[in-house]
Amino acid sequence: MLINWYRFSSPVSFYPLAGSLSYAAGVLAALLVGVGVVMALIVAPTDATQGDAYRIIYLHVPAAWMAMFIYLVMAGWSAFALGFNTRLSAMMAQALAPTGALMAALALWTGAFWGRPTWGTYWAWDARMTSTLILLFLYLGVIALRNAIEDPRRADRACALLTLVGAINVPIIYFSVQWWNTLHQGSSIGLTAAPKMAMMMVAGILVMTAAAWCYTIAVSLSRVQAIIVERERGASWLESLIAVPEG
Amino acid sequence: MSEFLAMGGYAWYVWMAYGACALAVVIEIAAVRARRKRAFDELRMSAAPQTPSMLGARGSR
Repeated sequence: MLINWYRFSSPVSFYPLAGSLSYAAGVLAALLVGVGVVMALIVAPTDATQGDAYRIIYLHVPAAWMAMFIYLVMAGWSAFALGFNTRLSAMMAQALAPTGALMAALALWTGAFWGRPTWGTYWAWDARMTSTLILLFLYLGVIALRNAIEDPRRADRACALLTLVGAINVPIIYFSVQWWNTLHQGSSIGLTAAPKMAMMMVAGILVMTAAAWCYTIAVSLSRVQAIIVERERGASWLESLIAVPEG
Repeated sequence: MSEFLAMGGYAWYVWMAYGACALAVVIEIAAVRARRKRAFDELRMSAAPQTPSMLGARGSR
């Protein structure tokens, strides 16, 4: 099947595609969240050592993974925007930043409420926690930088540069539990619990991660549509959208 | 049911985590909807049938 992908580098042809993808991903996300939450809170048995406090894992791990992954995707779009000077790539990066910030904030928040009953503290200046906090600040910094620069094309380049420089933080987060002897445990999926239990846990985490993926796709594509409308105002194709609102 | 809500004594931690995530998702979806509405409202404003006086007020192109 031959698809002319270049066609979608233009906002005109990307806009309707973003709308249908966003809708499909949103429906899928709702279904997966429903299944995932039932698995996480009802089907999965209570952990032998941590009791029901461990159920936070079904939110914490997907949020933390997404926070890192969204940053890498944002860095990829930023590199594209810098290299090829394509405004749609910059808009995609712009659309991902708020959701990435949200995921980072939720990873820290759920981690705090998991850390308190298991480690005895909401917060410690642990290597992984600190580097995740820096990730949140990077997201907020990119958003603030965008808001501080009037010219959108200049903001694109400045934000892309900041995003790429900050990308060094992602491997630091990922390897922090190996590089430093730190409070946060390493990857523990399937290592501590009985096999049947571990399978259930892994399945629940994967469903919730898929849900977070679909949610991120849905919400960021919906946001990029708003950004296209904001930034391309004056383009004649946009005015045809008004006839069918929210097309 | 109350046993479920008690979460084996960890209700505060579990529900604060799940509650915050649910709230965050609701707020983000509302924020994106508001942003879309604003963007379309502004587009509609700028594309409204223009009288010469309106063009003057906006600064003609």
